[in-house]
Amino acid sequence: MTRRLLPYPLLVLLLWGMWLLLQQSVRPGQLLLGLVVAFLAGHAMAALRVPRPKLRRLWKTLELFWLVTVDILHSNVAVATLILFRRHRAETSAFLLMPLKLRDRNGLAVLACILTAAPGTAWLEYNPTTGMVLVHVFDLVDEKQWIERIRHRYERLLLEIFQ
Amino acid sequence: MISDVDIPVAVAVLVAACVLFGAFLTMVGCLGLARLRSFYLRIHAPTLGTSFGVLFILAGSVLFFTVSGGRIAVHEVLIMVFVSMTTPVTLMLLARAALYRDRAARSEELPLWARNPSQAGAAVVDVVSAASETESRS
Repeated sequence: MTRRLLPYPLLVLLLWGMWLLLQQSVRPGQLLLGLVVAFLAGHAMAALRVPRPKLRRLWKTLELFWLVTVDILHSNVAVATLILFRRHRAETSAFLLMPLKLRDRNGLAVLACILTAAPGTAWLEYNPTTGMVLVHVFDLVDEKQWIERIRHRYERLLLEIFQ
Repeated sequence: MISDVDIPVAVAVLVAACVLFGAFLTMVGCLGLARLRSFYLRIHAPTLGTSFGVLFILAGSVLFFTVSGGRIAVHEVLIMVFVSMTTPVTLMLLARAALYRDRAARSEELPLWARNPSQAGAAVVDVVSAASETESRS
């Protein structure tokens, strides 16, 4: 019953929050209007029949968010230094192919966005039959270290949240 | 309009520092985009501007409008959310297009093992098994 009335509760909640932030107000009129818009958007999403992601251990997203922020900061400093001060750059950048245990589509989407958003790495291609992902790394010194890092820092948490 | 607002000097300095540092990071990203050699290298550079470049500029904006407006301005968070969600999608699309083109042209940009999607995998099995060995040991 609740599922038919509110197919994507988290999405509706976030859209409502977004509406209020955009309007910069919590007046009753905006609260109501935002709720109506978010509710309708939830049903529009239901009409698309997107499978509902099963999120578990939501508090882990905070840990993931923090990890990603810190890593992106490090990555920013590293890549900016390389662009500004190093002459021979092409040698250390390389393609990296690694297997993933993560199979959930939403989890993979999040991992792809994390890796591409960090200046040091870019997600190129994922093969769903082999579970292999092709990543381009800006400054690849130690292949094993990068694989370990992606596995232990991001994939471990994403597995806990999405699978 | 800007001349009307009155904010403490210390805050003004902090706002200026945030905006300038954000602009600097974005500029380094643009520099990389213009100067790096291959497409796969260039794809890394603009994310400087879209991650911490935009974060610092937005931090300056939040600080300025919170102090001068007398109320907490936080809707900049939305800009951060939108930018950090949309940029990777665009970059991945571009990267996949480049990969597709380079494979079709058998380009030197790609290492031999990555030129054919079906063969990619065989050449790196040693790296992968080495990595899982260290994993099982730890």
